[in-house]
Amino acid sequence: MLKFLARRALLAVLVMLTVLTISFALTRLSGDVAVAMAGPQATQQDVDTIRKAYGLDRPLTVQFVSWVADVASGDLGRSYLYHAPVGELIRSRLPVTLTLGLTGLVIALCLALPLGIVAAMNEGRVLDRGIMMVAVLGQAMPSFWLGLLLVIWLGVKWQLLPISGVETWDGYVLPGFVLAFSAVPALMRLTRGGMVDALASDYVRTARAKGLTRFSVVMKHALRNAAMPVVAVAAVQLGFMLGGSIVIESVFALNGVGYLAWESISKNDFPVVQAVVLFLATIYIALTLLADMFNAVLDPRLRIS
Amino acid sequence: MAFQLRRLALALGFVIVIGIALVALLAPWITPQDPFLQNLDARMAPPSFMDGGTAAHFLGTDQLGRDYFSRLIYGARISMLIGVLVVVCSGLIGTTLGVVGGFFGGRIDAVVMFIITCRLSIPLILVALTVVAFVGSSLTVVVLTLGLLLWERFAVVARTTTMQVRNLDYIAAAWAAGCSRPYILLREVLPNIVHHLIVVATLEMALAILLEAALSFLGLGVPPPLPSWGLMIAEAKDYMYFSPWVILVPGIALFVLVLGINLLGDGLRDRLGATRDA
Repeated sequence: MLKFLARRALLAVLVMLTVLTISFALTRLSGDVAVAMAGPQATQQDVDTIRKAYGLDRPLTVQFVSWVADVASGDLGRSYLYHAPVGELIRSRLPVTLTLGLTGLVIALCLALPLGIVAAMNEGRVLDRGIMMVAVLGQAMPSFWLGLLLVIWLGVKWQLLPISGVETWDGYVLPGFVLAFSAVPALMRLTRGGMVDALASDYVRTARAKGLTRFSVVMKHALRNAAMPVVAVAAVQLGFMLGGSIVIESVFALNGVGYLAWESISKNDFPVVQAVVLFLATIYIALTLLADMFNAVLDPRLRIS
Repeated sequence: MAFQLRRLALALGFVIVIGIALVALLAPWITPQDPFLQNLDARMAPPSFMDGGTAAHFLGTDQLGRDYFSRLIYGARISMLIGVLVVVCSGLIGTTLGVVGGFFGGRIDAVVMFIITCRLSIPLILVALTVVAFVGSSLTVVVLTLGLLLWERFAVVARTTTMQVRNLDYIAAAWAAGCSRPYILLREVLPNIVHHLIVVATLEMALAILLEAALSFLGLGVPPPLPSWGLMIAEAKDYMYFSPWVILVPGIALFVLVLGINLLGDGLRDRLGATRDA
């Protein structure tokens, strides 16, 4: 077990280092960052000032090493646009994105689990086909478009829910739903597949033979076994959702990490861009590490290979 | 009943994809008007079947007075082009990595797995937006960016399926007959896993089309005045409360195309006995 954990943690560290390199390289794609930052009207002097202030006059390798050293000591750099430390910017925007992501995950699970269970219990019948068809339809829906449609009808025409901002809790309902929408088909398929296998297993037959109620057999015996991979994938989906919130935050005018990222990307605020890429990747790496460990604890077979 | 439903779904997917591909190919001959021609006197005309619509513009005009139907048809070109080119690009990268890793195993496989893990860790939309913003937006940049990002499912599926065929008798026979490694990989392994990869290709094509639309919607995808469906939705966003059809039209087109590709993929998976995800 310890050996497995050590190997898995080492892998996470190696991936982190690669992501550090990628996030650094990404922001250097434009060629001369200082020119891009200074804007089209800047004089040569402005460009030189920026180049000096951000240490862009140093060789690339020196810049990279100092970026890695800064990150290791917890310093993510300073925003060019906000004149503030990037760490603080992310921290102040994080609650919105995190609440949005978690709301999305809860809504996704609330939709995917019951639908998957009902589909599995009716495997091959019309109800099952119908539910799977809804999943196919849902998968084809562009999330930003769905968001706009909900804004027009639920928000403006019928005035049921707020369409922008999160001053009150119900501001999270629409964006959370749209974010959840993209994760539902995958989670539902997984629940259905796991439940179909579980319901056909010997222990479920035994439970039935003992005369347990249908509810108890499905919820206690079958679901407990089918839920394991769903939990692991849900963790990964949360990572994807936090990354994908950039689109949703733009549709619903939420001021979270996603909006910060979009703003800094479109205004060449490279310290923020590389920090946000790194930050979201770190969350994803941590979530998958947790999911792997969770699975290893539950399923001893995974620790051996 | 269930069987017939599946065949119907496959047929529907096939018809949608072929139909939209034909529309894309024939765009210059079937569009009623120039999709780039602005007419500021005829802005935001509603579709011909709605109140105030004229026969001249079947789906009305946009905020610059361009014929919406013609732009929609040219938009099919962009979506199809993105979908096909991205899949070719990512398919080559992913299949190569997956087959090599799955066939040779050991250290080589560990490296392939590591590359896949790294790719999965970086936030897709964010990185794509950054590349397009910093390199400059054009159709080529969008295709290359998505092609370089969307290969991981190809790699995962190619790797697992290669592992399954690696130890089969016909591979051993090829070794015994003295075939070279490249010959075995290309002529023995690849043809026996290609049906799995075709299914992955449909999934990735749908994903690439949706991603291009999202990038264009955020203003960092295909540059204007190209009529990308995502860009059409972004440009029409300010008018959607008064004339909802301006975002309904390109959105429905996007939805139908992706639905068609997904139905085709699901149907092919059932027919070819392929796995969806390994």
